[in-house]
Parts: sequence; C-alpha cells; structure tokens
Amino acid sequence: MAEEKKKKKLCIIVSKGTLDAAYPPLILASTAASMDWEAHLFFTFYGLDIINKKKFKSLKVAPIANPAMPMPVPNIIGMLPGMTAMATMMMKRMMKKQNVPSIEELINMCKEMGVKFYACQMTMDVMGCPESDLLPVVDACLGAAGFLDIASDADVTLFI
Amino acid sequence: MVEADEVLDASGLSCPMPVLKARQAMQKLAPGKVLKIITTDKGSKSDIPAWAKQNGFELLDSSEENGKFIFYVRKPA
Repeated sequence: MAEEKKKKKLCIIVSKGTLDAAYPPLILASTAASMDWEAHLFFTFYGLDIINKKKFKSLKVAPIANPAMPMPVPNIIGMLPGMTAMATMMMKRMMKKQNVPSIEELINMCKEMGVKFYACQMTMDVMGCPESDLLPVVDACLGAAGFLDIASDADVTLFI
Repeated sequence: MVEADEVLDASGLSCPMPVLKARQAMQKLAPGKVLKIITTDKGSKSDIPAWAKQNGFELLDSSEENGKFIFYVRKPA
C-alpha cells in the first residue's frame, strides 16, 4: 500500500515577491500535497513578503519592464504613479473571473494539506523582519544548510 | 457503465482547485468506492488522470460532454 513507501517530495525556493511570482509555488505545493506528496517551501529574499503578515495581502505586479502584461503598457507610461496599482487590480480581477483563489486562500489551503513553510533567516536579518512579522503558517526559520538538508532527498526541486 | 458512490462537481473552478477539492472528496470516501468528478477547467483533462496516478487511485473512465469533463476514480480497497 501507498503508506509504506516513502512519499514523493517537492522542494521550492521562492525568491520573488510579486503577485505573479507568488502563484506558481503555492499552486505547485498545494497540488503536490493533493497527490500525497510532501511539499516544502523556502521563502528567501523578496519571496519573504509572501509570508509577511503586513505584506502578503498587498503583493503587486508591475507593468514597467514587463512586456508580457495582458495589455502591454509602454515603459514610459508604466513608470507613472498608480500604474502598478492599476496593473495589480487588473490581474486580480482577471484571476477572480477565472475563479483562481487568492494568495491568502492558497496559503491557507497549503497549510491545511500539510505543506511546510520556511523563512530564510538571513533575509529576515537583512530586511529587518522579526519572526513576529511572519504569518503563523511558518514552520521554521532556516539557513541555506537547513533547507538543503530538507531538499537533499527531494524528487522535484525548483527555484522560482 | 460505471456507477459513482459520490459526486464532486468542480465546474467553474480553475487550477489547482479541482485536484484540491478532489483530494478532500477522496479523503471522505470509503475504500473501494468510486468518486465521479465533474470539471470545466481544460487543464483538468490531464490533471485529474495525473493526480489519480500519483495517488494510486484507479481512473475507471473519463469522458467529455457539453464542455464538461467527467472522470470516475476508484479509491483502492
């Protein structure tokens, strides 16, 4: 039976804190958990914002230097005040229309299914982010060696 | 014709919701029973079979009617 064999394991380094970059790791981790895999997420550098209480609800997508926007915005316009907020609002609206869950909902679903969340200790120190600023979903604050130890026997490892 | 014991209607939901809902439904299902899953997400055409395979569930049947994808998945006894 499935219980006896070692579960497959997914480990992702989450290094970006934009709205668009927050989705893939959370979608992959929750999907892995739904397939009875172990899933581990290591949030480092700007990725730390995704598990920061004060920031995770206001992740943004910037139109500047982003030629892949659904409605491409010339950089000279993208740099105007309010353009990032507008692009973010548009993306959130498009996601909602397709019934894609919000980042908060995905984080909660991941947690319910046993996905592990780790914060990069060095990033916390550099960014001045105390542990009390992190969402309670975070299982541990780790260094590079700590994460590599967890990832050393992973079946799938990704850097996003 | 495959008979379903339970039905999960995941119509209108996008990736990754159909497989997350399917997991919840499967957890409630007794061993040996069959879950019918209905989706409209085009990605689920390949996602549900992959999800079933990874979980060790048997995909008994899959079909498509009126833009809906229908799967029958059995939980191992």
